[in-house]
Amino acid sequence: MKPEHFSIIIIGAGPSGLSAAVRAAQQNVSYLLLEAAAEPASTIRNYLRGKLVMSEPRALPLRSPLPFTASLRENVLETWERTIAEHHINVRYGAKVIDIIRSEQWLEIELADGTKLTADDVVLAIGVQGNLRKLDIPGGNLPQIQYQLDDPLAYQDETIVVIGGGDSGVENALALTGRNQLMILNRAEDFSNCKEGNLNQLTDARKRGALDWLLETKPQAIEINTSGEFPITVFAKTPKGVERIPCHRVIARLGALPSRPLLESFGVSFPTTDLAALPLLSTHYESNVPGLYIIGALAGYPLIKQGINQGYEVIEYILGNQVEPADTALLRDKFSSFCNDRSVDDVLEKIRKSVPLLKMLSALQLRELVLESNILLPEPGETIFNRNDYSTTFFFIVEGELDVLIDEDDIPDAALKAGEFFGEMALISGRRRSGTVRTKTRCVLIETPRRAMQKLIGSVQSMRRMLDEVAIKTAVHIGIGLSLSEKDLNDIASNASLKNYAAGEELFHEGDEADGLYLIQRGSVTVSHMIGGREVVLFYLAAGHYVGEMSLVSGEPRYATVRAAIETQAVLIEASRMRDIIAHNPKIRSELDARYLKHLQEQENRQQMEVVQESGGTLSQQLSPTSLISFLIQQGVGEATDVLLIDESLCIRCNHCEQACADTHGGATRLDRDTGPIFANIRVPTSCRHCEHPHCMKDCPPDAIHRAPHGEVYIDDSCIGCGNCQVNCPYDVIQMAVVHDQPERSLWQVMLGIQPKTAAKIDGPKVAVKCDMCKDIADGPLCVRACPVGAALRVNPEALLSYASDASGEAILMGSDEV
Amino acid sequence: MQRSNIFDYKHYFFFKIAVVVILLAFIAYLAFEPPLGHYGGSWLGYILGIISALLVFWMTWYGIRKRRYRGSGATQGWLSAHIYLGTALTVLVTLHSGFNFGINIHTLAYGLLLIVVISGFFGNYTYMIYPRQMTENMGEDNLDGLLLRIADADKLARQIALIMPDDINNTVSRACSETAIGNGLLEQLRGYQPNCPTANAVAQLTLMGKDLPSDQRKPYRELYSIMVRRLSLVKRVRQDLMYRARLGFWLYFHVPFTIALLVAMMTHIIAVFFYW
Repeated sequence: MKPEHFSIIIIGAGPSGLSAAVRAAQQNVSYLLLEAAAEPASTIRNYLRGKLVMSEPRALPLRSPLPFTASLRENVLETWERTIAEHHINVRYGAKVIDIIRSEQWLEIELADGTKLTADDVVLAIGVQGNLRKLDIPGGNLPQIQYQLDDPLAYQDETIVVIGGGDSGVENALALTGRNQLMILNRAEDFSNCKEGNLNQLTDARKRGALDWLLETKPQAIEINTSGEFPITVFAKTPKGVERIPCHRVIARLGALPSRPLLESFGVSFPTTDLAALPLLSTHYESNVPGLYIIGALAGYPLIKQGINQGYEVIEYILGNQVEPADTALLRDKFSSFCNDRSVDDVLEKIRKSVPLLKMLSALQLRELVLESNILLPEPGETIFNRNDYSTTFFFIVEGELDVLIDEDDIPDAALKAGEFFGEMALISGRRRSGTVRTKTRCVLIETPRRAMQKLIGSVQSMRRMLDEVAIKTAVHIGIGLSLSEKDLNDIASNASLKNYAAGEELFHEGDEADGLYLIQRGSVTVSHMIGGREVVLFYLAAGHYVGEMSLVSGEPRYATVRAAIETQAVLIEASRMRDIIAHNPKIRSELDARYLKHLQEQENRQQMEVVQESGGTLSQQLSPTSLISFLIQQGVGEATDVLLIDESLCIRCNHCEQACADTHGGATRLDRDTGPIFANIRVPTSCRHCEHPHCMKDCPPDAIHRAPHGEVYIDDSCIGCGNCQVNCPYDVIQMAVVHDQPERSLWQVMLGIQPKTAAKIDGPKVAVKCDMCKDIADGPLCVRACPVGAALRVNPEALLSYASDASGEAILMGSDEV
Repeated sequence: MQRSNIFDYKHYFFFKIAVVVILLAFIAYLAFEPPLGHYGGSWLGYILGIISALLVFWMTWYGIRKRRYRGSGATQGWLSAHIYLGTALTVLVTLHSGFNFGINIHTLAYGLLLIVVISGFFGNYTYMIYPRQMTENMGEDNLDGLLLRIADADKLARQIALIMPDDINNTVSRACSETAIGNGLLEQLRGYQPNCPTANAVAQLTLMGKDLPSDQRKPYRELYSIMVRRLSLVKRVRQDLMYRARLGFWLYFHVPFTIALLVAMMTHIIAVFFYW
C-alpha cells in the first residue's frame, strides 16, 4: 500500500506543534498532527494540579491563532482543547514516530505501529520532556502503572511501589507517605544520586516506618491479581532472589531519554559533542536535513510563548511566505538608537561583520544573542564596569576603543578596539571584575547576559576555544606580568594549558617536583601541609590567584598539597617557560621573590599556631582555625561569595533575624536560623551563599535569576514558579512561597504585639524566593542588622583565614556597621 | 575565635561614652555646691534630672526599635548603648537625688529604676552563659526535630509493648502519655519533672526484664533501648526549654518594671512641678 501523503506533518501536540497545526488548518494545506500520548500538551498536563502557567517573556507579542495567556493549568488545557475542536485539527493520538528518513522526493515517517507516512515537510516539536523512559517488562503497560504523579492527595490507603531511586522517584514517594504504604525499588546500591535533602527525608521516613526500599533491585514483571485486596503484584529481582510485592499502584520514574540520539538518528547534526548542545538550524528553523524543521524546546526555546510563535512562523516559512519573526519588533526597538535608518537584518549583518567572534554564530544564534543583549552607546570617558564589581555580563565591541585599568593607578594597562570583546574573566570565574574598563572614544557595545553567553559557549566549540585563548592571555597578564612585553605575553599564553579539576582533586602533591605555575581561573583551592601526621589546611585561594610559585623560586620540591575545593579550572604555565621568563624579567623575579618570602613567613606563623592549638587540649583543637576552614569548605563555602554565619555562643535565639527578613521580604523568611551544621559554635544556617557560579541560575526558563554588581544573586518578578532553581540548589536555600507585601507595623502594634492585618491569605501563585542580601535596602542585610547581640555575621570566604585566625579578620566581617 | 560580643561593640564605644558621662556628672557634682546643698531641685539637679529622664525614654524606645526592622543602623549598637548608658543612668539619678531618700513617690521611681537596671544586668548574665550551653545541649538538632523523634520513639515503643506482659505495657504507655515537657513556667525554669514517668519507666523496665520468656528478650531489649533514648531526648528538650525560659525570664521583671518606672517617673516630674 502506498503510504499516505501530506504536505506537512507536525510531530508533537505541545504548544508549538498545536500552534503550527492551527496555522496549517487556517492556511488550508494538507497536514497531520502526530502525538505519541493520548492527549495533547502532555508536559503541561503533567504539571501539578492548579499550577499557574506563565506567559513569559511578557514583551513578546503572541501572533499565533492558538490562544494563550497566563492562567491555571486547567484553563490553558481547556482553551487548547476547544481550539483543537473548533479548527477540526487533523490529529492522531498514540502515534509515536520512530524514524524519519529523507528520500529524494520527500520525508518518510515511520510510526511505532508500523504505519508509514510521507510528507514534503516535517515540523518536529516534541519538546524535551515527552520522552519518558517506560517500563519495558511484561505487564509494563497495565493501567495501574503510571509515570507521573499529578496530585499526591488523590491517593489514600494504598500500597504503592515506586520504581526509580532518582530525585523524582524519591520526591513522589515522600509526597505520598503518611496516607499510603510506600516501597521504593532502586536499581543502584544506594540513593547517592539524590539531593541531600531528599536523602535525609528518605532515611527519616524509613525510620518512622512510613516507607521502605529495596536496593539493587529491578522489576521483572507485573501481573494482575484476580482476587484479594491488591489488584497487581510486582515481581522484583533482588540480590536475595525474586520478591513478590502485591500493591495497588506502580509509579515508575525512570528519567527521560535525552532527545539528542533520537534527533541524530533522523540525521540532524549537532555542532559539538556536548549533550546540551542545540541542533544547527537556519533562520527558518530548518535543520541540516532538508524539509525537517525543529521548533520549541527542542530547538532551545523553552518558553511556551516562543514555541507558539515559532509554530506559526514555521508554517509560513514552509508555505514560502516571508513573515517577520515575532521578535523583529523587539529587535527594532533595541536598534532604535543605533543605525535606525537600516533594516534589522542589515544591522545584524553589520554586527556580525564587525565582531569576528560573532561570525562563528548561525544567523538564528546571533539573533537570539542580540535579542537577549543590550546595545550600549557610551560617550568617551564613561566607565563600563569597575574593578571589583560583581557584574557578569559579557561585552562585544562593535565600534570604538576602550581602555583597561588593572592596577590602582589611573594609567591604562591595555587597550581594546572594535571587533574585540571583554568581560570574559568574570564570565569564567564568577568573581569580581579584575579590571576597570573605560571608553576612550564613542563606542557601540553589545552587553550580553551571562546565561546567553554560556548557552552559546556550550554549543559553539570554536567560540569556546577563542574565549579560552583570550582568557588565558588575560589571566597571565593580570596574574604575573603587567610588565611583560606583548611578545612575551603571547608566547606564554600560547604555551599555557587549561586544566580542569573536580572537587577534591589535587593540582599537585606535597613532595612533587615543581611542574609549573597554576593560575586559578575559576573555583578555588586549598593549600595544605602535613603537620604531625595530620593534613592541615594552610590557605584558601580563590579564582584570580596563583599557586605553585614557591617551588619555582626555590627549586625545591612542592612544599604543600594544593587541592580543588570545588570544581576548578586553572591555567598551567610550565616550569621551564616560567623560569625563562623569570630570568629575563628582573621585575617579575623580584615580585615573585617578595611573594615567596611573605608566604614563607605566613606559613611559619600558621604552623606555629597549629602546633600551639594542637597541644592546647581538645577544646582549643576544635577551635583551630584550619579545622574551621575545612569545615566551612565542606559546607560549600568554597564556592560562596558571601555567607551568613551564626555564632551560637552569642545567639540568644530571639529570631529577630528571621522575622526581620520575613517582614521586609513579602512575609517569607529566606533563612532558617536553627537548621544547618555547626562547628565550634559557628552555624552555617540554611541561607543563600551567593555562589560564584550559582547553581540556581543554571536552568531558569524566564532568566529571572541575576547577579547584582555587589554579588547578590536575586530572583526578579518574572519568576514563573517552575521550581527548577529550588531543585538545582544543593544547599536547599530556595523555597516556593506566596509573596505578599507586609505592611509596616504601627507603633501601637509593635508595643502591644499585634500582628497587622494582612490581606486574607490568598492562594496567589507560588514563586521562588531566596535571600537577596537586602540589596534594595539601604544599610545592608537586615538579618545582620536586626541581631541585637552581633551573633549573625556575613563572611566573604576569600578572607576566611584571617577571619578564623586573628583580629584583623574583623575588617572582612560584614559586621552591621561596616556594611 | 576572636569576635566581638555584646560588650565590645565598636571597641567599647558606648562604654567609653558612659564613663565620660559618669565622670562629667561627678565632676559637676563635686565642683559646684548649690547654695541649698545637693538635691533634685538645684540647677545641677534639674540638668541631671532632665538628662536622666531623656535617657529613660530613649532606653525604653529600644524595646520598640528592635522590633521595627525597617529602620536604619544596627540593633547591636542600640543594645550596646542601652547596656552602658542604662548602667550610667543609676549614677546620674543618684547624683540627681543628691542622696536625699525618703518614703515618697520620688524614691519609688528611683527604686524602680534600680530594679530595671539590675534585672537588665541579670539578663546580660543569661545572654553570656546560656547560648553556649544551649548549643552544647542541642548540637545541630532543633526543638521541633527532637519532639518529632520523641513522637517516633513513642509510636515504636507502644507497638513493641503491645506484645509484652501487661505491667511492661502499662509502664510504657504511662511514660508515653504522662511525661510532661515544659508544663508551666516554674517547671520550665527548673528544667526537670519530679518523678518523671519516663525516668521511672526506665528504672522499672530494668527490673521487669528479669523473668521474661526467651522469645520476648529480643523485643524487650529493643524496647528498653527505645525508652532510654526517649529519656535522653526528653531530658534534652527540657534542658532546651529551660534555657529558653531562663533567657527570657528576666524580661518578666525588666519590662513591667520599666512601665511602672515610666508611670512613677511621670508622677515624680508632675509632682515636682506642681509643688514648685
